[in-house]
Amino acid sequence: MSIASNTPPSAYLSIENAYAGYAAESVVNGVTLNIQQGELICLLGPSGCGKSSLLRCIAGFHALYSGRILLGDKHLDDGKTQLPPEQRNIGMVFQDIALFPHLSVTENIQFGLFEWPRKEAKERSKQLLTMIGLQSMGQRYPHELSGGQQQRVALARALAAKPDLLLLDEPFSGLDAALRDELIPDIVDLLKQEQITTLMVSHDQAEAFAFADRVAVMNQGRLEQISLPDAIYYEPKSRFVAEFIGEGEFITAQYVDHHHVNSLFGQSRSTTDINETPCNKELFIRPDDVEIVEHSKVVAQVESKRFRGGQSLLSVTLEDGQSLAVTCHAVKAPSVGDTIYLALKQHRFLVTDDPSKIEPKNEAS
Amino acid sequence: MVGQSLFAGSEVFSHLLNTVLADYVLNSLILMAGVGIGTVVMGVPAAWLAAMCDFPGRRWLDWGMLLPLAMPAYVIAYTYTGMLDFAGPVQTLLRELTGWSYGEYWFWDIRSHSGAIAMLVLVLYPYVYLMARATFLEQSSVSFEASRNLGYSPFRAFLKVAIPMARPAIIAGVSLALMETLADYGTVQYFGIPTFSTGIFRTFYGFGDANGAAQLASLLLLFVATLIFVERYSRRKLSYNVRAGSRAMASRIHLKGRRAWLAALACFIPFFFGFLLPAGQLLFWSLFEAQMPWSDFLSLSWNSFYLAGLAALIAIILATLLAYTQRFNPSKLIKQASQFAALGYALPGTIIAIGVLAPLVFVDQTLLAFSDRFGLGISGLIFSGTLFAVLFAYTVRFLAVALGSIQSGLGQISPSLDEAAKGMGRSPYQVLRQIHAPLMKSSLLTALLVVFVDVLKELPATLMLRPFDFNTLAVRAFELASDERLIEAAPPSLMIVAVGLVPVLLLNRAISRHKH
Repeated sequence: MSIASNTPPSAYLSIENAYAGYAAESVVNGVTLNIQQGELICLLGPSGCGKSSLLRCIAGFHALYSGRILLGDKHLDDGKTQLPPEQRNIGMVFQDIALFPHLSVTENIQFGLFEWPRKEAKERSKQLLTMIGLQSMGQRYPHELSGGQQQRVALARALAAKPDLLLLDEPFSGLDAALRDELIPDIVDLLKQEQITTLMVSHDQAEAFAFADRVAVMNQGRLEQISLPDAIYYEPKSRFVAEFIGEGEFITAQYVDHHHVNSLFGQSRSTTDINETPCNKELFIRPDDVEIVEHSKVVAQVESKRFRGGQSLLSVTLEDGQSLAVTCHAVKAPSVGDTIYLALKQHRFLVTDDPSKIEPKNEAS
Repeated sequence: MVGQSLFAGSEVFSHLLNTVLADYVLNSLILMAGVGIGTVVMGVPAAWLAAMCDFPGRRWLDWGMLLPLAMPAYVIAYTYTGMLDFAGPVQTLLRELTGWSYGEYWFWDIRSHSGAIAMLVLVLYPYVYLMARATFLEQSSVSFEASRNLGYSPFRAFLKVAIPMARPAIIAGVSLALMETLADYGTVQYFGIPTFSTGIFRTFYGFGDANGAAQLASLLLLFVATLIFVERYSRRKLSYNVRAGSRAMASRIHLKGRRAWLAALACFIPFFFGFLLPAGQLLFWSLFEAQMPWSDFLSLSWNSFYLAGLAALIAIILATLLAYTQRFNPSKLIKQASQFAALGYALPGTIIAIGVLAPLVFVDQTLLAFSDRFGLGISGLIFSGTLFAVLFAYTVRFLAVALGSIQSGLGQISPSLDEAAKGMGRSPYQVLRQIHAPLMKSSLLTALLVVFVDVLKELPATLMLRPFDFNTLAVRAFELASDERLIEAAPPSLMIVAVGLVPVLLLNRAISRHKH
């Protein structure tokens, strides 16, 4: 393959304008994504957004229509030729774990080391068993392990041959929340320690935030935003990201200039550039962007209250009939029917066009 | 029967022991080894190709490869003999082309160990194929992809992962094929290879020694028991290997060019030689050469059909009773009783015939003595010499098939369905009629059909137990073939094959429905 590489020198895995799909439909629609060496990235999106298909293209189980994928200086896929999966040196943990049921834990871990000298393979598997804390379980078979233990073995197996890249396909979806919360920090530590570039796919934002250095939100085959986890939450760049991550409501706003809008709360700054038309805008406000104050010009009435342990989530109606969600300290929470005054805690918000004034956009499928 | 063999000494048996027993054992072992290897070679790669790859004609080859199941081994044996022996079309053509005459050339003798193995492999490989294909499909592409991801080429992944993971399934399939091999009477008898089943038959009729036959049968039973054990053990192991996982992403390997044709060929060969060629030959003989009078053919068919229908009815009534007893009284004893009843299917027909005959003869003799003493005027053998014995043997042999189908049907009706209906005020009878009857209909029909066809194909037990001068399609076909009237044997054989196709097609439909 003789394609000139023009990726930024620091990018390790680079996906350039990738398109992929199945017979009838295109599932990945022009994704460009660059990942630095040692980074943990999470592809986050609703099911059917194309994140798993993209992962399968990187692993080599699916071919690109066009675009290309480079790992280091290796061309994995340029839309015409594909490097077979066994030549990519990419480790992968599958959604349903896919440990070989007829092999013991040690044999599973050593499975990919068939070209290593026997002694070194043995040492490597021992080292990995220690790393995942299952030193004494090498002789067991997968069906004798718990779900979390199987997960660890699957990870060890993927890491055994020192892959250039690790892919995790919804690896925690089969585990209960408590086990997942226990497992993720361990795995992050391990990956950081080994400095393994990792791309995980998930539909669960809590999982993504706990795991990743940077989160890439995907929708309908496109990358909506890639940022630090807190930026994804506090500075969503699109309507989809705002609605997909966390909670929040839109209230109407009027265009002031390219960076400002006016709403009930007064003037606010936008996180993105805004264009003039249409002049009806919406401002995205998260429940914890708002606080209850002694007095302000924004009057609201409490419609319902949900206790969330420590905090209460209020659903309120503003004077002009719009609704908003507000969190407040559970002990100080007002009662349903009370009139309260609201103010914004911060000044930068996502501003989007009012969807009722533009063509309806197809929501996540 | 085991009792009979343990307690009754037999001179014939010790004679057998000194002379031919070693032959029986050796021949049976040779056949088992050959059939074991042959069914794996023929069934496993084809199963993998059908499960994991895509190539021209895959869909109908997938289906065509099951058709040899409809072909009884003895039918295929004499069909090929008719085609390949000295006077057959193949050798005749060869002589015409080359100008050679008798004795001047070497030609494969089909009436040999290798011939018997080839015949048995051609009709028994579907057991291995079915079991292996099912596991390859369940392994899904995930384990295959995992091994590709870990650096294995597709071929290496097949050898190192797909095959070892499917090993319990393959072993279970091979054990089934070997049970059939041990049970086979028609092929080995026709080819003149002395094995256990022909030995039992010969001891029983030739020497008139029921005890000796029973002792031989017990020895055979030991072989069968080993196979049953292996089969059940493998199935248990298999349950670990198969996990319900998501198979959403399963994509087949698209073969192109020469590879695609090779794959299609690998799947076409078993179908062609196992079904298409022999069935075509039978059809040709039946249409153009056979001169069996219609009246004979019809009376044979009638005998076969009503016997098979009666046996199927008895089997499903008993199986339904057993299954429901087990459902309402889930005691250990009843569970074991129905498991024991299920063993009948593994027993060769010859064993069952011997086992059925001994107690019936005893009952008959007691009855005769009783009748003589009290002047009741009973004459003849009421049980052992009539169709009663045949039906009894069929029931013992095929109850398991009916039971399996009915149990699985019943297993799908959750007990809470009964409770829900009762909660809505239905009586037990109404529950049975309104809930169970419609839900059980298809498994009852399947059971009926499968037993019907199995009885139609059954040879050795029928041959041993039938009343004097009572012929069925299978018996007559075999007799005609044994008299070297191969062409005359074609119409009844074709009938058996044609009826035998029905459950195979049903099976295929059930499998493809399961897939979707």
